[in-house]
Amino acid sequence: MSEVAMVVPHKGGFSFDLCRRNEMLSGKGLKPPSFLKTGTTIVGLVFQDGVVLGADTRATEGPIVADKNCEKIHFMAPNIYCCGAGTAADTEAVTDMVSSQLQLHRYATGRESRVVTALSLLKTHLFRYVQGYVSAALVLGGVDVTGPHLHTIFPHGSTDTLPFATMGSGSLAAMAVFESKYREGLNRAEGISLVSEAICSGIFNDLGSGSNVDVCVITEGHVEYLRNYQLPNPRTYISSRGYSFSKGQTEVLSARVTPLKQKEAVAEADFMEE
Amino acid sequence: MAHDEDVAGSERTLYPYVTGTSVIGIKYKDGILMAADTGGSYGSTLRYKSVERMKVIGKHSLLGASGEISDFQEILRYLDELILYDNMWDDGNSLGPKEIHNYLNRVMYNRRNKFNPLWNSLVLGGVKNGNKYLGVVTMLGAHYEDNHVATGFGNHLAVPILRSEWKEGMSFEEAVKLLEKCLLVLLYRDRSSINKFQIAKITEEGATIYPAYSLKTFWGFSAFQNPGQFAEGTW
Repeated sequence: MSEVAMVVPHKGGFSFDLCRRNEMLSGKGLKPPSFLKTGTTIVGLVFQDGVVLGADTRATEGPIVADKNCEKIHFMAPNIYCCGAGTAADTEAVTDMVSSQLQLHRYATGRESRVVTALSLLKTHLFRYVQGYVSAALVLGGVDVTGPHLHTIFPHGSTDTLPFATMGSGSLAAMAVFESKYREGLNRAEGISLVSEAICSGIFNDLGSGSNVDVCVITEGHVEYLRNYQLPNPRTYISSRGYSFSKGQTEVLSARVTPLKQKEAVAEADFMEE
Repeated sequence: MAHDEDVAGSERTLYPYVTGTSVIGIKYKDGILMAADTGGSYGSTLRYKSVERMKVIGKHSLLGASGEISDFQEILRYLDELILYDNMWDDGNSLGPKEIHNYLNRVMYNRRNKFNPLWNSLVLGGVKNGNKYLGVVTMLGAHYEDNHVATGFGNHLAVPILRSEWKEGMSFEEAVKLLEKCLLVLLYRDRSSINKFQIAKITEEGATIYPAYSLKTFWGFSAFQNPGQFAEGTW
């Protein structure tokens, strides 16, 4: 009877499996691939009925805008959403993974997920890959049975509980707006307006952020995902009539017709000798 | 003049020692308003708490500086000499902010080209013959002018606010309120700023540097009271 050898991952601690291989490759001159980063502005704030999350929609690959309208607000649970800054693949993968774990947990417990559960799962995963190798900086927000909660999670695995939070390259521009205008007990409209103002501040003052504003409002029992809530960067100067290139529009200076060579008609086909 | 390679032991500026943080400047109805805190940091220590980082230059200008304090004092000596020579002409003419800005730009750029920079970001504002002028010169010799400027951390925290809330022809009170808004954000989020600020004003009539004062801060958010209440192990 053959034994099935299973590779069981370590339960805890840093996984050093690929370190030797990476070192060997860089010794041979292989430069590690550059990451698709989301050079971002993500924000969250707590208002009187719940949490509002906001994000810009630009994904950069070095100096180039790789995706003009990406989605940075990720689903974690029906009552919990997470904005991600840093390496796009990392934020996507880590939020997906924790979202699945939360669903399994919901099946096992038969209860609505709590924000602290998502928080603990995310921070333990990020801490495992310590040194910040999983480069994901997250703003996690949701409303559960204990109330509305907002947390920030840093790539090394530390977390903060905050009334308002910003992350990403545009975080200072957005934080400037929050620090000067936030107060407790905002209503829904004020919360959304302050979040989109903070994201716009990031979009226009930070080169790593741009395009549109996504907003997600989470209240008890109800979530409103406002994709492309604001489009402050429309394409300008496009002709509304469209473009037409009719004959005679371009002046012909001279014309010369060169007939292509006539194809030689093969009278007899030579068969290849087998 | 011996080059610094000739002298035993190079004497080029390599890093700053005692530094001042951001300076913010805006144009308003009657002239220019500038604000800066009065802190001088020695690395991560708050060594000096009453450093005046804004000074009046001549009749028409106000200079604010962030960065190395000793280099700022040296610049003040250069400008002193410049103004003195200008006064000695006694021709009724006086150097305006544009001229001072240009002079500073030349000084900073030439120093940087010799790899011996004056480690400052300067904000130069003034009014002459009714024309308001507000400009910046950096330690690399880059210069620009605008309706609202900031140095250091102010570039990241104050400029976004100024860009969205500054408008033409603000009154003195409105302008001070706007500056205080920016100063408060800087106080919260810049580790090297302190809660002791000075506002300086320059108009056609003259310049005033107001005495230092503090801003009121708010720390009463409920999430700050017991952050680990619902989430064990979080800050």
